[in-house]
Amino acid sequence: MSTPCKRIKYAELRPRFKDGMSILFGGFMGAGTPDGIVREILESGVKDLTIIGNDTATAVTGIGVLVANKRVKRVIASHIGTNPETGRQMIAGELDVELVPQGTLAERIRCGGSGLGGVLTPTGVGTVVEEGKTKLSFDDIEYLVERPLRADLAILKACRADDKGNLVYQRAARNFNPLMALAGDYVVAEVDEIVKAGEIDPELVMTPGILVDALILAGEK
Amino acid sequence: MDAKKLIACRAAQELKDGDVVNLGIGLPTMIPDFLPEGIHITLQSENGFLGLGPLEGEPIPNLVNAGGKPCGMVPGTAFFDSAMSFAIIRGGHVDVTVLGGLQVDQEGNLANWMVPGKMVPGMGGAMDLVTGAKNVIVTMEHATKDGGAKILKRCDLPLTAAGKVRSIITELAVFRFFDGQLVLTETAPGITLEEIRAKTEAQFFVSPDCHEMCLPASVQ
Repeated sequence: MSTPCKRIKYAELRPRFKDGMSILFGGFMGAGTPDGIVREILESGVKDLTIIGNDTATAVTGIGVLVANKRVKRVIASHIGTNPETGRQMIAGELDVELVPQGTLAERIRCGGSGLGGVLTPTGVGTVVEEGKTKLSFDDIEYLVERPLRADLAILKACRADDKGNLVYQRAARNFNPLMALAGDYVVAEVDEIVKAGEIDPELVMTPGILVDALILAGEK
Repeated sequence: MDAKKLIACRAAQELKDGDVVNLGIGLPTMIPDFLPEGIHITLQSENGFLGLGPLEGEPIPNLVNAGGKPCGMVPGTAFFDSAMSFAIIRGGHVDVTVLGGLQVDQEGNLANWMVPGKMVPGMGGAMDLVTGAKNVIVTMEHATKDGGAKILKRCDLPLTAAGKVRSIITELAVFRFFDGQLVLTETAPGITLEEIRAKTEAQFFVSPDCHEMCLPASVQ
């Protein structure tokens, strides 16, 4: 039997926050982003963050509040258009933004957590996305070599966990969360409910608990 | 006649019963309202599900479309993660993607994700969709607000993907790519070939079968 997944409170994350650290975050326009952990990051004062996830939500939702409060120096995302603050800081030269096609972003993170050196994708061939990348051709199709992504910390949102850390996500809140769980050096999930091991049907586990280092019950101070 | 409704209505006619379809934000999301009778499609959403439906009643937590807006779901809906979502998209399991465009050119190139120095929202899932979907349909108004051409000899905005567009539907015309050539196949009711030529920079052929769009009376 594996040991139970460590259950912590938000404040116990603080020693892990370091200026300049990188963070993978689950979520798509805020759905599936752990808002309580984001608030803890914000209140801790940590800065110069690199954040990696699908989008920067809005200036007042999801991960977007870290951008709006100038805690971020670099964003790796597929879309920033819904958070005007991301675009403003980028154009002002205050924020470095790397835009990555959404499917490529998913695969780069999956590679980062799966022991793979990269992925070959036709997405981006013939566009600015191919600039500076190795191109390979197989069976007359051109592919870009896209390299893995990892981060110091991965923050997830799930609706349910058991005390082994096994996770179940709700509806469209799953999105990038299972991929982020693979690719963070330390992985913490904010969950709405924690049940005893055995109370989640093993067939329904979406992220295996061994990938999750700590659980936080949403809203618990 | 409302240009956007006309375009959505004509685009709806491109869909076949059983198609798996991804609709871009904006005009393409109007298409389900115009599906011909007997045509049932499954909508795929980048954020990880198949079975998107219209919002009915109160919003349900975490049931949102790729624009982050509350939506509904149909019986038989499946949710999955982003890697699966894009395996479906890139892997050719989406039959049709319908997207807006800033520019399309006569080589089938599409530009729809940024205007350098002005608007840099990011490509989101558009590059994967245009690369991987079996059929790529661009729906857009024929000209810019200032009357400038959007169907060009060569796109000058950064591309979304090279040579992948199969059809262009505007409020004036339908164009298709056959063997890499841009061909005018339909004109909107009351629109002349001269008007289309005047508002189109790209070189195109006129199909010998070129005819007027067949639209229901409700959008004419």
